[in-house]
Amino acid sequence: MDRVLIARRLGTALVLSLMAGLALADSPANLLDKYKAEATAAGVAAGDAARGQSFFNNTHGNEWKCASCHGAVPTGKGEHAITHKVIEPLAPHFNAQRFSDLAKADKWFRRNCKDVLARECSAAEKADVLAWLITLK
Amino acid sequence: MATYRYFPSLQNAALAALLGLASFATLAQSSVGLKGAPAAFNTECTSCHIGYAPGLTGEANWRGIMGGLDKHFGVDASIDGKSRQTISAWLISQAAKGSQYASASPEFRISKSKWFVRQHDEVSSKVWKRASVKSPANCGACHDGADKGDFDEDRVRVPS
Repeated sequence: MDRVLIARRLGTALVLSLMAGLALADSPANLLDKYKAEATAAGVAAGDAARGQSFFNNTHGNEWKCASCHGAVPTGKGEHAITHKVIEPLAPHFNAQRFSDLAKADKWFRRNCKDVLARECSAAEKADVLAWLITLK
Repeated sequence: MATYRYFPSLQNAALAALLGLASFATLAQSSVGLKGAPAAFNTECTSCHIGYAPGLTGEANWRGIMGGLDKHFGVDASIDGKSRQTISAWLISQAAKGSQYASASPEFRISKSKWFVRQHDEVSSKVWKRASVKSPANCGACHDGADKGDFDEDRVRVPS
């Protein structure tokens, strides 16, 4: 086959896959916007970093805080409160994988909020915490 | 070799594939206990603890554990149905059968299995409480290859 044609086709495929990647990519900023929009729709102001820090470092009825496993300022490694397995940094600036996948973030919020609050977190609570985590640099 | 002249990257690709196969073979050899683990096992099970090799306990315990992930030893570890099925099927297919390891144990805990208690009876309560150990779930504290399913007694090193 003609090499120029192959190169063109490869180029087109590359551009298309890049576009698809951009359209699908989740980022901490996107996720924060989404949680904020959900909170606003529910009539609650959200995205307050100071409130997020306080939420993260306090108990909410159960024994654990978010900080129990992630550390008070999660820019470094944490440690699981029971198994003591190392938990990679949660602040996205220190761990690019964090909040880069909405489904994954939602899964962990759902599980971990149940451990800390015995219920799921509200969109406003998620927005506050994420707003604070994004400020950590 | 005309093909390679036009597509030199094919040579690199072939080399990379060979190297990949070689490293996979090495890995598989030293991790018999976790051989064939589905991707879901690695993403879902090993975030909070090491991947416990399915042969460490029997089908009854694995069914009990996988049936109660929303209350997983005090933690919500619930996962989507498809991942749960995939992981369960693999755990059960590789579970201990017809040996001391196959018996069910209280709370489905591997660490409460008769074999586990017997194997660790020389470990004093002081050692279990050390900051470097802390929990019987922390196999890797003494068993360096635990995360690969390697519990060879000759390689046990109790940390101070």
